[in-house]
Amino acid sequence: MTERLNNLKESPSQTAGPYVHIGCTPNFSSKSSYSYDLGKTMKIGPVLGEEITIVGYVFDGAGAPLCDAMIEIWQPDAAGLFPATNETRGIADPNFMGWGRSTSDMNTGEFIFETVKPGTVPGPDGVMQAPHITVWVVARGINIGLHTRIYFNDETIANSLDPILSQIKNQKRVETLLALKKGVGRYQFDIHLQGPHETIFFDI
Amino acid sequence: MSLSVQKGKFIPRDREWQPEALTPAYKSSVKRSPQAALLSFPSTLSEETSPIFNNNILGPLDNDLIFNHAKPGESAIGARIIVHGQILDENGIGIPDTLVEFWQANAGGRYRHKNDRYLANLDPNFGGCGRTITAENGFYEFRTIQPGPYPWPNGGNDWRPAHIHFSIFGYGFVQRLITQMYFEGDPHIKLCPIVNSLTSKEAVDALTAPLDMKRTIPMNCRAFKFNIVLRGRHQTYFENRKEGL
Ligand SMILES: [Fe+2]
Repeated sequence: MTERLNNLKESPSQTAGPYVHIGCTPNFSSKSSYSYDLGKTMKIGPVLGEEITIVGYVFDGAGAPLCDAMIEIWQPDAAGLFPATNETRGIADPNFMGWGRSTSDMNTGEFIFETVKPGTVPGPDGVMQAPHITVWVVARGINIGLHTRIYFNDETIANSLDPILSQIKNQKRVETLLALKKGVGRYQFDIHLQGPHETIFFDI
Repeated sequence: MSLSVQKGKFIPRDREWQPEALTPAYKSSVKRSPQAALLSFPSTLSEETSPIFNNNILGPLDNDLIFNHAKPGESAIGARIIVHGQILDENGIGIPDTLVEFWQANAGGRYRHKNDRYLANLDPNFGGCGRTITAENGFYEFRTIQPGPYPWPNGGNDWRPAHIHFSIFGYGFVQRLITQMYFEGDPHIKLCPIVNSLTSKEAVDALTAPLDMKRTIPMNCRAFKFNIVLRGRHQTYFENRKEGL
């Protein structure tokens, strides 16, 4: 048994800058040669499970919403299966993409995802994790993309048993990772880059 | 005897090599940089999986920025170049079937974006947007025009070196990367506050594409080579011995 050590350095990150839309959501700011923007539609037909909408803002340290951020999410389907080539536990819902991409509205800063409530997936040592969505945020002024997660505030028991959430020393900050239920199938999830409500970001 | 490989957790990111969140000379980072320590934990399935993109999403000109926004019979103005290279992981293994997106200013340094008010003209035949999916072993290439340097509001007289923005996926969502490619010999590289968010000359060199005369097409198009390395997973190799030997 041998372990080969990594021998190349990861390419350094650079900010996505203010014009990330040109490359990643070209139909958002003007008409482009692409017929649709990737990641805008996460459901390509009837899906299993509970359909949900998540809306939110990304706030800077002065409390102003970013109007030039790009947010991506990645999650399993309602049964907890990822539509990925290395998913070995089963076959995910063929109508669910698992991946979504949204940009902050250029005037209000609001982002929106139309998705499904994720099922559960195992974490470290096979312990089940609470339902969650993986999040990645880039924007002008962000030198390296920020990873975090969306958990759900109506999953109290699952959250209390979650192996990642229970590692957080300052339990008061756990609420920065909770999407707040705002009605049937509707959640609010705000991201704070700085300040007293700074979101917990991950180094995974 | 053969070898089988067992893939482990993602190798932790080298945070001293990557730029800090807060780099005050780049003013936009001041209010947009997290201040608390990041929460570290080993990767789980949520980070070790990644979306699938098929070649059928691609249009025939998606990797040709000289023509993909041009009127019939016309083409973008600027120095014609090929940008090519390989997407690899830290173990040196090429990553096939992964989406690579790129965007850039035109030859005059102007972006086709409603928030870009630089006085340089738009080129009606240039959109500045392209994408491709890596081939076997992670190779990719596209054709474009060399973008121009441009001024930006930061320190009063800051100019970005000519650059192309890249967005890359990989096989695990924690590999997700956005970066920029610079051009060998550009005098703006060492003056740029965004480039200087990088912590070493080696890191700047890793984003600086050299002229590649071997891939240049005579009387047609120059070439620049730009390899991109995404994070890798710990790999453990096992020897598979046949029964009875
Ligand atoms: Fe740029």
